[in-house]
Amino acid sequence: MIWFKKDLFSRNHDDSKSVKVPVGLWVKCENCGEIIYKKEAERSLDVCPKCNYHFRISAQSRINIIADEGSFKEEDAGVEPVDALDFKDLKKYRERIKASQKETGLKDAIISGDALINGQKVMIAAFEFSFMGGSMGSVVGEKITRMIERAIEQRRGVVIFSSSGGARMQESILSLMQMAKTSAALARLRQAGLPYISVLTDPTMGGVTASFAMLGDVIIAEPRALIGFAGPRVIAETIRQTLPEGFQRAEYLLEHGMIDMIVERKMLKDTISRILAMLTERREAE
Amino acid sequence: MVYRHWLDFEKSVEEIEKKIEELKLRQSEGGGRTAEEIDKLEKKSKKLLRDIYSRLTPSQITQVARHPDRPYTADYITAVFDEFMELHGDRCFKDDPAIIGGLARLDGVPVVVIGQQKGRNAKEKVLRNFGMPHPEGYRKALRLMDLAERFGRPIFTFIDTPGAYPGIGAEERGQSEAIAANLMAMSALGVPVISTVVGEGGSGGALAIGVADRMLMLEYSTYSVISPEGCAAILWKDGSKADLAAKSLRIDAQSLLKLGIIDRIVKEPVGGAHRDAPSTFKSLKTALAAQMKDLASMDTDALVENRYKKFRNIGVYAEDRRF
Repeated sequence: MIWFKKDLFSRNHDDSKSVKVPVGLWVKCENCGEIIYKKEAERSLDVCPKCNYHFRISAQSRINIIADEGSFKEEDAGVEPVDALDFKDLKKYRERIKASQKETGLKDAIISGDALINGQKVMIAAFEFSFMGGSMGSVVGEKITRMIERAIEQRRGVVIFSSSGGARMQESILSLMQMAKTSAALARLRQAGLPYISVLTDPTMGGVTASFAMLGDVIIAEPRALIGFAGPRVIAETIRQTLPEGFQRAEYLLEHGMIDMIVERKMLKDTISRILAMLTERREAE
Repeated sequence: MVYRHWLDFEKSVEEIEKKIEELKLRQSEGGGRTAEEIDKLEKKSKKLLRDIYSRLTPSQITQVARHPDRPYTADYITAVFDEFMELHGDRCFKDDPAIIGGLARLDGVPVVVIGQQKGRNAKEKVLRNFGMPHPEGYRKALRLMDLAERFGRPIFTFIDTPGAYPGIGAEERGQSEAIAANLMAMSALGVPVISTVVGEGGSGGALAIGVADRMLMLEYSTYSVISPEGCAAILWKDGSKADLAAKSLRIDAQSLLKLGIIDRIVKEPVGGAHRDAPSTFKSLKTALAAQMKDLASMDTDALVENRYKKFRNIGVYAEDRRF
């Protein structure tokens, strides 16, 4: 259900103006082209100081930003993808897995575990977009489901940071079924009266959006994040029209009533912790 | 019998059938010996068709699943159920003609039926949006499922869609949310859900009415995370590699049965459901009635628990316990 091609994500790309950036010390904002000192970008949580563009960040950076220092305990780190269908497109799925594992140091496109957010116990998961476009296959589905089941056992809330192109085509129908599996687990979380905060980061598309990402009790998005079911190119090709300005961006979704709020990265932790407190705080009878 | 729509891999049969027609015409004009020849050719044609259909490739199955003469959801509902009464609208925005649903009876038992509906002629195709629902279609489906649950009625869904519609309005009104909400709600429904893929099972748009206790597929239907064409365009960067993609994706009923995704294959007549619709209806009715009977004895908690486990256990991965 990845309806679009990867190159779509490099937005506002103008080759004529491309600037050679020395590797390591400096980063270039993908949105406004500003060259930023890497240390400076890190200090601002990978948000462009000039245009406020929120860079895509790794799963680990995400957890570092949100979890109380030293509180994150990873679970299911040994769950690995398997090429169950012997899938080969231009490359073998097996090789794609290996390459992504080497590049990211992760087994698959998600990190999950338990953590504290301003002292509150939660289950937390973050997507690694650079692992095959954050696509959801059996491993992502299984880890999310286990995390939700553990949350029910331990009576914790759940926070998921999505960043995904959708279902992983190389696992075909098995990927599709992860949508049902994760959504079913969330139904149980809901029955257990535990909160789930879904945070949509750039980009959240396809089968991920059409399952757990849109099922949050509260849904938050980062500024300008691309969020949708079908990719903009597929839609444009289907309807043969130009898409409206800002289509499928977080601001557009907020306007159309699809998300609760847009929160800047530096305010995310505080916002999540306040929502959790207001939903779960037990008050002694006075 | 001459069909209006012959598929490319049926050409050899089409030629024989044409010859038979010619001979029949001559026979009516009083030609000798033709009866014998017709008989011979008819046998040959039948055998050839059986041969072709005994080893269809996944991409050929896709063509049969999309065949313009193939029975659609409404045809199955009319033939399999009694007293179908269509109910309309999502109570929020509009009535989506790409999904139909309502009350009906199966062997006298009151049930709720829901399914994607494709159009037969040009005008109806547009009206039904080629079987591609908008969010309001999925919300209508959810409303009917909720109704079924409250009145303890089994739910039968019929899947036949290229996918949920990718359009501006669909996105604005929350296509993702509508699908996701159905997945969550269906997983916890306290009544039996029996789904059948009757044509194309296109991705999330199909699954949104397919979180079922029992999943059936007609023999020449398909069910996939993405269309072979879409997959080829993205992974092979070449839409003409759809044949290869269809094979790799394992979209056919046999493969899906082996993978444990579906529970039963409902046989179709040689040459596909459209060649003998009444016999297809009969087979499906028998299969659906058996599933309903089987699930009726289960208590609600066991039903919901089994459905949860069924989806819970789908997925293939390895685990290194040292981590």
